[in-house]
Order: sequence, then structure tokens, then C-alpha cells
Amino acid sequence: MKVKVISRSTDEFTRERSQDLQRVFRNFDPSLRSQEKAVEYVRALNAAKLDKIFARPFIGAMDGHRDSIKCMAKNPNYLKAIFSGSDDGDIRLWDIASRRTVCQFPGHQGAVQGLTVSTDGSVLVSCGSDCTVRLWNVSDANLADSDYLSDNSSKPQAVYIWKNAFRAVDHQWDGDLFATAGAQVDIWNHNRSQPVNTFDWGSDTTISIRFNPGEPNILATSANDRSITLYDLRMSSPARKVIMRTKTNSIAWNPMEPMNFTAANEDCNCYSYDARKLEEAKCVHKDHVSAVMDIDFSPTGREFVTGSYDRTVRIFQYNGGHSQEIYHTKRMQRVFCVKYSCDASYVISGSDDTNLRLWKAKASEQLGVVLPRERKKHEYLEAVKNRYKHLPEVKRIVRHRHLPKPVYKAANLRRTMIEAERRKEQRRKAHSAPGSIVTEPVRKRRIIKEVE
Amino acid sequence: MKFPMKWAVSLHRQFAASILKFQQPNFTRLRLSRGLSSKAKPPVTMGAKKENSDDEMDEKVKKYLRGDAANLEGVKDKKLKGQLAVREDLYGKSAKTAAKIEKWLLPSEGGYLEAEGIEKTWRIKQESIAREVDILSSRNQYDIVLPELGPYTLDFTSNGRYMAAAGRKGHLAIVDMKTLNLIKEIQVRETVRDVAYLHNELFFAAAQKKYPYIYNREGTELHCLKEHGPVLRLQFLKNHFLLASINKFGQLRYQDVTMGEMIGNFRTGLGRTDVMQVNPFNGVVALGHSSGTVTMWKPTSSVPLVKMLCHPGPVSSLAFHPNGHLMATSGRENKIKIWDLRKFEVIQTLPCHAKTLNFSQKGLLAAGTGSFIQILADFSGSQNYSSYMTHSMAKGYQVGKVLFRPYEDILGIGHSMGWSSILIPGSGEPNFDSWVANPFETSKQRREKEVHSLLDKLPPETIMLDPTKVGTVRVPQKKEKPTKKDIEAEMEAAIETAKGTEFKKKTKGRNKPSKRATKRREMIDKAKRPFLEQQTQERETSRKKQKTNPETEMPKSLQRFVRQKAT
Repeated sequence: MKVKVISRSTDEFTRERSQDLQRVFRNFDPSLRSQEKAVEYVRALNAAKLDKIFARPFIGAMDGHRDSIKCMAKNPNYLKAIFSGSDDGDIRLWDIASRRTVCQFPGHQGAVQGLTVSTDGSVLVSCGSDCTVRLWNVSDANLADSDYLSDNSSKPQAVYIWKNAFRAVDHQWDGDLFATAGAQVDIWNHNRSQPVNTFDWGSDTTISIRFNPGEPNILATSANDRSITLYDLRMSSPARKVIMRTKTNSIAWNPMEPMNFTAANEDCNCYSYDARKLEEAKCVHKDHVSAVMDIDFSPTGREFVTGSYDRTVRIFQYNGGHSQEIYHTKRMQRVFCVKYSCDASYVISGSDDTNLRLWKAKASEQLGVVLPRERKKHEYLEAVKNRYKHLPEVKRIVRHRHLPKPVYKAANLRRTMIEAERRKEQRRKAHSAPGSIVTEPVRKRRIIKEVE
Repeated sequence: MKFPMKWAVSLHRQFAASILKFQQPNFTRLRLSRGLSSKAKPPVTMGAKKENSDDEMDEKVKKYLRGDAANLEGVKDKKLKGQLAVREDLYGKSAKTAAKIEKWLLPSEGGYLEAEGIEKTWRIKQESIAREVDILSSRNQYDIVLPELGPYTLDFTSNGRYMAAAGRKGHLAIVDMKTLNLIKEIQVRETVRDVAYLHNELFFAAAQKKYPYIYNREGTELHCLKEHGPVLRLQFLKNHFLLASINKFGQLRYQDVTMGEMIGNFRTGLGRTDVMQVNPFNGVVALGHSSGTVTMWKPTSSVPLVKMLCHPGPVSSLAFHPNGHLMATSGRENKIKIWDLRKFEVIQTLPCHAKTLNFSQKGLLAAGTGSFIQILADFSGSQNYSSYMTHSMAKGYQVGKVLFRPYEDILGIGHSMGWSSILIPGSGEPNFDSWVANPFETSKQRREKEVHSLLDKLPPETIMLDPTKVGTVRVPQKKEKPTKKDIEAEMEAAIETAKGTEFKKKTKGRNKPSKRATKRREMIDKAKRPFLEQQTQERETSRKKQKTNPETEMPKSLQRFVRQKAT
């Protein structure tokens, strides 16, 4: 007879000294646990509620400008700094951690319309409605200065005067050319006082400009004639143009998928396009109730932030039709520019009320040093919440956001109008010969035509 | 080695099958005698061995997959389909990894009992087992004789460390099973019918003469649950923190022990019963009644979920397999029936007395009557139970309750003269998970576990027959309107059945053929009537619909006489 019985010796299963860690034994067999799905559901519900409890996205406001802030720029080599330019010609360098001005760059006579930083982070390029492009020296000493004197100012490295007022400026991601937008698109070199190249297609002002992060010679611009144009510097001629029904205020390229860009439009939507196929938008992001003024992608390429004329900042998923998050404050007026910080944890918005505001990118994230166990727990709760977020109880909590009353009412109004339009279209279709009325998908509806 | 032909003939078909099968379950090794000596092993080639391990791996992966993959054919949304396909892939990978690391993570192997030569496992006595086994395990075989305090019932905590024993005459005792220390014993001077541990060893409930009471580990009375009345049986639902009780009047009550709220209070309507068990898989409470029916209840409905007729006479005991699919019931007609709960069908009927039943973690079934206990096991995973071990106690002992100790190969027996404990190799789960139940818990770990389990407390609405339905999509039931043909066919069928009815033969001159003919015509008309009524109703509604715009039909001069519909 062969017999063996389970016998556990206490030594093997308990710790030897009190300084040791307790021993943990795991058996992942599902038969030891009952009702796993219900337990996960309860955890998802609690996680959603905790998320809402800890959702405090607003960190602080950076006060100092005396006029509304029209443009901002990120320094690619220094995480803590942000440049902002306002309507009275004041350019400031802010330290995000302490939310104070490090340095001022006075000089512009009119509004500062565009700001950008060169590839190595040493030169700041600004352009304004006084028809000048100014280059400023930004040294590391300047940035790491802990001695914050408000009248710390520096002289420009170079001032280039040109023919018309400028509306926007952008620097190549990997090169030493920058482009300005105004009556026409000009390509400049740091050392030349005149543009190296000029592009002109159509007779209307170009209002925004962006270089492609992956391909240094491609840039996208948007103009007042409701078009988005793609240029290629090597071909020295414009490549493609798509005309929409309304004007695009700003464009942002996806840093992780450089062939896709998203355009912030005047009709409250953002349109994501594949640059190779401009006849149809890839995705339409709807949720704002007024014109979208600015857009910026997160360095992960998975989210982007938009600021709109309706005094809110929204964060969208790169492929999501509706916003994930909305930030608003009573004191924040029309948002003109937004930037996602380079470590994807913060969002900075510059608005009409002369303040720059710092927000968390994930509203319930714990800032500071997070211990590995805490981080694992947060990841687990996030995963379990995402698995059950379509169930009604959890969905109700996850989706819930407080909207300011004007935004709420405007959204309802828009919804009724769109519903009415849709119903009318349906009835027209139902009462006409089948096939005579063709509904275009929204992705195509807003595009008038594509031009080579 | 030659063996006599009669042994070859008397080999059970199952054993022959198990020789030919190369597949061996990993966690139990309950092998029986095959008429071969242990030295002569069945020939196994290298290829077959590899197949063996592949099959084992497949089984393990299947266990971790928790069911079939979702069917993505019907999903029309391409984005969603892509995302779901990625998810399914991830699940497959994680199941494979879990199966692979099993061999490193699980330190212990299960117990087993193998008989050699011509001996059978059910003839092996506890004394012979005690001789072969180490001292620590043989300490776990004992008989505690307490004759004057009545039949004893037992309950173990979920980690198998502590036991609460209650004698009918009022003796309550808490014993630490690791050290066999008596922690506390109290005499409540009242009849105690049942005892149940709550979520850990600090709290237990005793069903006393008039009401159930909740006691502390020190024996302090914490609560007197007056609402329950004179309770016969208590059961604790671990995940939901619900104390379920059935009392003398057949009332089933659920009470939440965290907040003291009474969740449900139902009159079963089927009389007094003292057979109650909780299905650990889905939290459903099953009651066995004296009419032979087993009813299953959940706290949110006053009507039972399931009512099944199991035995011709009263149900004497009930037990659930930990996987939730098997139920064993026994009736007074000396039969044990093993039911499949997915189809509610009998899988097996065993001719066996059983006053009390209990399943172990590994699926062994203990049945006890009088002073005799039989352990049944299903070898090779097929749900075919056969005798594995037996144990008979001293003649006067009447077995009241058998209960397997979790995570140990031990069976606790509560009988009229006290309680005993015997060794059943292969009944317990050898590898425990510290986050689920830890037999070596320190007080700090116990406190942490209590807080975590309170945070994960399930609401009573999550109790359902199939707990895997949480989070799934409910398919909308489309009620199809029967077509005209279907209705006509139904009418024909009804007429046929009406024609075929046989009439009672009347005597004394009342059986005239004309009367028979009229009666037959009457039956056919009766069968036709509901269909004709339906037809007239439909005609009425269609006529009404047509009548709604008489303005179009009436000439203009008469339109002022048209009845205006109230707007």
C-alpha cells in the first residue's frame, strides 16, 4: 500500500525571523475562487467612484501677462519650461514647477502671433503682427535660473522685418529651417534676414502652420479660405489641398503616427486626416460647442488636447469620437492656445483672461513619487474599470462630468438641431425613390473637394 | 507474472480503460489495483510520454482559460472586432503562462492512496494508514468522546485552521486544529442545533433554542438575532457576508452581518426542513424538503429559482461539489443521486445509505449513516463515483455530520458521542493561495484580509444560477408573430386532437348515436373557438384602422357630419 497525506511543516510556510518578509504562496487555480466576475465588477464600480473622488485636475494658474495669451511654445530639451506670448507683445518664459516667470523677452510692438523653439532648444523664434520675426537666445543658464527677478529680460539675437504681418510660425523638428505663415508661407533660415523660399497657393491668409515630426520637409498649413494645404520643401511647390466647409484654426501632427494629423475646425469639431488620403477624414471628434481654437498632441500619440472658444479645454483619444475629459473654470475665459507637456502628464492652457493654467492630463492621477505597489494597484484598478465600463452603473459614474451651464445648454441645443436635421433627412429618404438620396458619412460631409 | 484468469475477468471495465489511457490527471493520483504488481508498468514509449505532457498542458491551459473564447463572427464593427481579437489573444497567452509556471509556483503535491496486490482501497483501515504516515499526520486521527453533551456538529473556517464544535446540550468549543489547542469552550445551557463560522475565526454563530446568537472568539455573546426565530440550520455566504438561516416554521432568512440588515425573509411554504446547503460556486442556498423536492433560493426573490423533485421520500441530505456543477442528494430510500446542475439531470445513482453528505475540495464525496462512513471518488476525472474508502466507528456512535477540512486530507466527523477525525488521502487541495485562504495566517494578515474582503463584498443581487453571466450581453428576445399558415396549422392540430378524444361509454339507454355525434361536434367547435375569436378580433382592429380617416372617403358636403376624433 502506498499512501501519502498532505502534511505541511510550519517552518516551510512561515518566516524564520521577524525581519524577514512574510511568505506568500500563490495558486491561480480558478476553482479556488468563486464568483470572480462579480468581484471584478464590484472592484470596477469602486474604482470608478474613487476616480471621481480623486479627480482634481487643476493645479494652478500662472499670472503675469497683461493681455490675452495668443500663443505658447514648448522647449523640446527642457521639460520644466514654457514660453508664452500675449497680445501686447510680451513674451515670457515660465518655470512650470514653481509657476513663475523666469525671464521676459520684450521687444515686439504689436501682438505676438506665433512662438516656436529651434530643434536644439537654444533659439526662440517669435513672430508678430508688427511684421517682424525675432530670434532670441535661450541658454541653459537662463532656464535653470533660480533667482526669479521679474525684470529679468534679454535682448534679441536677431530681428528680421518683412513685408506683411505674420500669423504663425513653426520650426522643423529636425533641421534649421523655420516657416512663417501670413499672407504667404515663407521658409527662413536662422542666419538669413530674408526668407529662403516662399509658397503661395490661393490668395488668402494662412493662419496656422505645422511641420511634420517624422518627415522634416513636409508641413501643413491652414488658410482663411477654409483649406488645409500640405507643402513639401523639396519639391518647392505645394503638394495637396483640401477645402472644407469651415475654416481650420489649428493643425497638429500625431508624433507617433506622423502621417496623421488632426485639424481643429471652426465648426466645433476636430477632423483627423491621413495625409496620404485627404478625400475622407479618418475620424471626426465632436464635443465642443464653439469654435476649436488650438490643438496639441500628447507625446504618446494616444491623446490630444483642444482648447475652444467656449471656455473649455477637452482631452480626446486619438481615435475617439467624443471627449474623455473636460476642464473648465469660472475664471477661465476663451481658450486660445493649449499645449501638452513633453512628459504627457500636464496640459497647459492659455486664455483670454491673461492667465496660463496648468492642469493634470489624467484628472485623478497621483502626482509625485508613486511606490511600485501603489502604481500596480492603480494600473489594476484602471484595467478592471476599463473592462466593465460599458455596464450601466459603472458607465454612469465614469461618464459623469459637471458642465458649466452655458456649455450644457449649448450642447443640448446643438443636439436637438442635429437630431432634427437627421430626422428630416431620414424622412426625405423614406419618402423618395430608394437610392435617389445618398447620405454621405460625416467624415466626408464637411469636405468640399480635394485639389492636387 | 501469470495471474489467474478469474482476476482478469473480474477486472472492472473502468480499470482496463485506465490502463490503456495514457492521460493522467496531474493533481490526484488515486489509482486502484489493476491486478498487476506495481513493478510491471504498462509499456510507455517516448512519443507517448510527450503526448502525455502535451495533454496535461492542454488540460491545465483549459482550466485557466475559464471557458470558450468568444465568437467574433457576428461582430460587424471592424474596430471592435479588432480590439476583441487582441483581447482574446492576450487571454490565451496568460492562460498558457499560468499553466507553465504552475510547476514552479505550487510547492506541494496532493495526497494519494494506492493499494497493492490484491488489496482494495476500501478495505484499508485507518490504523494501517496511520502506521505508514508521518507522526504529524497521524496526530490528526483521533476520537474525542464526550458522551453526555449530545450529538455534535462541526464547522471549519475557510482556511481549515479553526474548528467550532457544538454539542446539542449546549456545549460550544473552538479548537485550533494546527496545535490541537482548545481555545475556548462555553456552556450556553440551551439546545444548540447548529454552529457556523462567519468570515474568520473571530466570529461564529450558534443556532440556539429560541434564536441564533453570534459569539466572539472569547465566548462573549455579541448579538442575539431575534428576528430569525428558532433556527434549525445556519449557513454563511462568504463573498456576500450573508448569514442564511432556516427555522422551525420553514422561513428562510438572509441577514447581512456587516451592517445587520435583514436582506430577505421568505416563507418557503414547504414545511419544516433541516437540510440546507450553500452552493459555493454561485452563492445559491438549496433546501431539501420532506416532499422530496430541492428548492434553490436567492436573497432577492421570494420565489425559489429552481424546484426539482429529487427523491420519492424526504431528502435527508444535500451536498455541492466546489466546482458548482455537481450536487449529491440522498433520500430515505437509500439512494444517493448525483445531479448535473447545468442540465438538472441525474448523472449517477448509487445504492448507498447517507444521512449526511459532504464533498471535499478535490471532489471526493463522504457519505455517513449510523456508525459507518463511506468515501466515494471519481477516478480519472469522469464523473463516475465509486467506492474509495470506508470507515466504521464503534457501534453506538451515530454520525451526525461529516465535514472535510479545507486544504488538508482530513475528514471531521461529528457524532452522538463527540467528534472524530480520520485521514482521507487525496481529499484536500495541497496548494493554498495566501490571498484566498491562508492556514498559517498571522493576526496582521487576518486583519488585512478582513478589510480587503469587506471592500470586495458583493451585493446580494449578484447571486444567480450562472455567475459567469455578469458583464455579458443580454440578447433581446424577439417575439415572432405566428404567420397565417402557422395559425391554420395550429387550428388543424387542435381539431385533430378534439376528434380523437374518447368519450365515456354511457349505459342505461343514454348512449344514443345521435347524442354521441352532437357531442363530437361540440368538442370540435370548442377547439375551433379560440382561433375564430382571434380572427374576429383582428378583423375588428383592421376595420377600426380603416375607419380612422373617413374624411378622405366622405364627400365634402358631408364632412361636417364626420365624428371628430378627440385630439
